[in-house]
Amino acid sequence: MAFLEVEDLKVHFPVKGGIFGRTVDHIRAVDGVSFSLEKGKTYGLVGESGSGKTTTGRAIIGLNRATAGKITYNGHDITNLKKADLDVRKEIQMIFQDPYSSLNPKKRVLDIIAEPLRNYEKLSKQEEKKRVLELLELVGLSSESITKYPHQFSGGQRQRIGVARAIALKPKLIIADEPVSALDVSVQAQVLNFMEDIQEALGLTYIFIGHDLGVIRHMCDDIGIMYKGRYVEEGTVDDIFDNPQHIYTKRLVAAIPDINPENRREQIYYRQEVQKEYEQSYDDYFGDDGLAYGLKPISETHLVALPEKG
Amino acid sequence: MSKLLEVKDLRVSFKTYSGEVQAVRGIDFDLKKGETLAIVGESGSGKSVTTKAITKLLPEPQGYIKTGEILFEGQDITKYSNKQMQKLRGRDISTVFQDPMTSLNPTMKVGKQIAEGLIKHRKMSKAQAREKTIELLELVGIPQAEKRLNQFPHQFSGGMRQRAVVAIALACNPKILIADEPTTALDVTIQAQILELMKDIQREMDSAIIFITHDLGVVANVADRVAVMYAGKIVEVGTADDIFYNPKHPYTWGLLGSMPTLDSDEEELFAIPGSPPDMLNPPEGDAFAPRNRFALEIDTQMEPPMFQVSDTHYAATWLLHEYAPKIEPPESVQRRMQGFASMDDGKDGEA
Repeated sequence: MAFLEVEDLKVHFPVKGGIFGRTVDHIRAVDGVSFSLEKGKTYGLVGESGSGKTTTGRAIIGLNRATAGKITYNGHDITNLKKADLDVRKEIQMIFQDPYSSLNPKKRVLDIIAEPLRNYEKLSKQEEKKRVLELLELVGLSSESITKYPHQFSGGQRQRIGVARAIALKPKLIIADEPVSALDVSVQAQVLNFMEDIQEALGLTYIFIGHDLGVIRHMCDDIGIMYKGRYVEEGTVDDIFDNPQHIYTKRLVAAIPDINPENRREQIYYRQEVQKEYEQSYDDYFGDDGLAYGLKPISETHLVALPEKG
Repeated sequence: MSKLLEVKDLRVSFKTYSGEVQAVRGIDFDLKKGETLAIVGESGSGKSVTTKAITKLLPEPQGYIKTGEILFEGQDITKYSNKQMQKLRGRDISTVFQDPMTSLNPTMKVGKQIAEGLIKHRKMSKAQAREKTIELLELVGIPQAEKRLNQFPHQFSGGMRQRAVVAIALACNPKILIADEPTTALDVTIQAQILELMKDIQREMDSAIIFITHDLGVVANVADRVAVMYAGKIVEVGTADDIFYNPKHPYTWGLLGSMPTLDSDEEELFAIPGSPPDMLNPPEGDAFAPRNRFALEIDTQMEPPMFQVSDTHYAATWLLHEYAPKIEPPESVQRRMQGFASMDDGKDGEA
């Protein structure tokens, strides 16, 4: 039994219009997404802005209502849970993209990290402080930080505070929504290394949402590529990077800037090839409505959205 | 090649309530005609402030040039009046900013924003400007230019907006184009398109580009020369090959090692510990020393001068001094250097 299973998840947002403000249409932000992940693994969700990767993550944790579909966590159906059954939610936490806006500027670090503890666990003041200090140590911040405010920290340190808050309740699944894209490269490496360390230490499972394929490749075991709310390809890291099948995946992989200056010309050439192929065969890979087809397995781990005929 | 722009011992500071923040602490570089110079560094390293000093867009009076000269075609433009600068900006030096969502005027049609500079600097009539605007929009790859010109920025997608910003910057055939993280706010596929577009246009117009970024992948793609900035100073400068195949400064090692690339699979990234220094009280000696695992004792006392590695390559680290112990770059960086070198036979390991 998979640790987390998402079956045919749909999240549609109504578009209101007309004089009565009736629903005239829907935006299909997530339109039939299925995947499952195993305990202790890292699953990457990749796509351009607007592809629905963040909405998928938010639907799993319950920040967006699922229109249809089923999300099973550890055997429990957690689709659109009511407040009363919040217990499972404790085990799923989120790290947000922007460490500058995801921490309340008016609260001290102590209050920020203790907030989930206060919600779920009845602790005395001393116990609470002890727990927060433990967490701070775990994420590599000094104990004086406890009385400081978010603006007194750098971006990387703030992201660590966000991580400390996320792991305060000893969750089992963490959804990390572009946790490093707002950070500088040197700090990015610190946070990525650190996320890998705590994954090992605490046995965490990650869903890693991102668009930087270098980071995704570094962090993830399995990857799903999204385009306009649907999957175009899913597979292990090797499937996706060494053997991309869908034209959209190829285009994404080709767009990554190579760090080696000597490869410049080859890369431009390759990119133009892929771009040409993309334009020519767009109709073969996408349906009349511009959406991807259903996924077909081409190996045990590798699924590609190909048209019915073949 | 002649030097188009020369910056000599530039120091820029900001006055704040808590004291003077030394954002740029004495940098020298030059820019030749038709070349692309990338300035790389973390946020707060002073790279954007440098370009703002060149275009005199510092928030005065808090931000000011303390000392130094900026020579544009031999003329010191730090002494220029605002009026003279206005002529220079847009015509000879223009800038593409990071965020296309905020650098366009939302209440003005895109065509008009592009034509503005043409009418002002090149004294075109409205009709001429319109024609040139269509030409520019086509040059930057915006289809249906005639229709697009009458649209507002919100009707453009992010990538299209950045193309429009590039069109504005190019309107007067500037001699220098300053691109301040032009692709950071864009998706990877669009980033690749914009970078190629800028290179194509550079080839066509033979303008020089100063490219500000923290993404070394982008640098490897576009730059002829690279200047690495840390804490308001240039710590290493050289050709793109020098910096990627034969980096000498530990900070450059750190930057190269901390980038997850498609080849670096399971290994731990080489992170630079700690965070950049507080520029209110810059540390004595080498500013990078507290984060440098190869730091020598002298690093905490004396600032290293620029050591020459080759004709094109300079680095400011005591490790290059003849008495310094020979230290090899960390393994992961070495592996990368070898990886680069093996793809290319003509390069020597040591210069």
